[in-house]
Amino acid sequence: MPELAAEVERLSLVIAIGGMPVRVNTTDPAFLDILQDRYAGFLGASGRAEIEFDVEVTPPVYPVPDIGVHVTQRLGRWSLQAGDFLAEWEPASRTGRIRQTANPYSIDAVLRIVHTLVLAQQGGFLAHSASAIRNGKAFLFAGVSGAGKTTISRLAPPDVTLLTDEISYVRKQDSGYIAYGTPFTGELAKLGENVSAPLAALYLLAQGSENRIDPIPPGEAARSLLANLLFFAEDEELVQSMFHSAFEFVSRVPVSRLTFVPDSRVWELIG
Amino acid sequence: MSRLYVARNPRVAARSLDGEMMIMSGRDSTLFTLNKTATILWQSADGTTPLDEIVEHRICQEFEVEPAEALHDAETLARELASHEIIQISEEPIPQPNPAAGESR
Repeated sequence: MPELAAEVERLSLVIAIGGMPVRVNTTDPAFLDILQDRYAGFLGASGRAEIEFDVEVTPPVYPVPDIGVHVTQRLGRWSLQAGDFLAEWEPASRTGRIRQTANPYSIDAVLRIVHTLVLAQQGGFLAHSASAIRNGKAFLFAGVSGAGKTTISRLAPPDVTLLTDEISYVRKQDSGYIAYGTPFTGELAKLGENVSAPLAALYLLAQGSENRIDPIPPGEAARSLLANLLFFAEDEELVQSMFHSAFEFVSRVPVSRLTFVPDSRVWELIG
Repeated sequence: MSRLYVARNPRVAARSLDGEMMIMSGRDSTLFTLNKTATILWQSADGTTPLDEIVEHRICQEFEVEPAEALHDAETLARELASHEIIQISEEPIPQPNPAAGESR
């Protein structure tokens, strides 16, 4: 008798962002190629992983329903839902599942959400900000869309290592914070370098007629940071953690307003 | 006339920084910055002290304002804060598991 069912080959890779390796398993070779291309520079060793996702690649559905992003937790299991993906993640078992079509954007969103959930419990966060390393120190440049994140990234001189022009990754460590490079890009469409450095300052971006750095009151610093944090979970405990993490951050890291004209001389003030 | 009791909602996160009280709703992550009067109301909202006593002993002591007018304004403010679920209001004392709930660190 011939075998009626053939074993499907399971393919996998490890995406390591912020020092956290996430293994992604799929049976779709084309999807694996998409991931290898999307996360080039952030692919880790095949061995250790802190989280493992099985991805079920589904046929395209048009139009993609616009239901927003919903991230909820029940009995230790997170449910992540948007129009283009459905995912589950169980921190205790370190495993999860993702249903999506063969595209790089849905898993990108899932990874961002999972990283925010993990970081929120550790005093870290993802923030709408560019970040870069100069002279061994990392700097964040936060602001809403149009504030100048991509501009200041584009103006960076050659001795600056760009971590991201869009979403910064900040991990709390001992008495300070570490900023990591991310593959999450903005208009620059250039992946950050997969390196890290101790965080020296957070600048709130504003465009003006001169280059200058001004101190800002702690309350404004906290409010501005909170306004720039990425957070998706509908979970009171984690919201409270994020809130207190932001205040702890502004008590330890200098926060200033960086007003700049769009030319490279602004970098004379940094580092 | 019945008295109004106010209590901090333990399900919000609160911090005082440089004299500013900031509160985040755990339900929808909305951030609120309280003015001085609202801060006094929040800090005094222990669930057992009636609002009129808070107004008389805290708000009227702090600001030069007529007690009746201050109580009216405080009731309006309390109902607004309650609509955002920052505090709870009741015509009965509100038991609090932890008097300092919500505010920390």
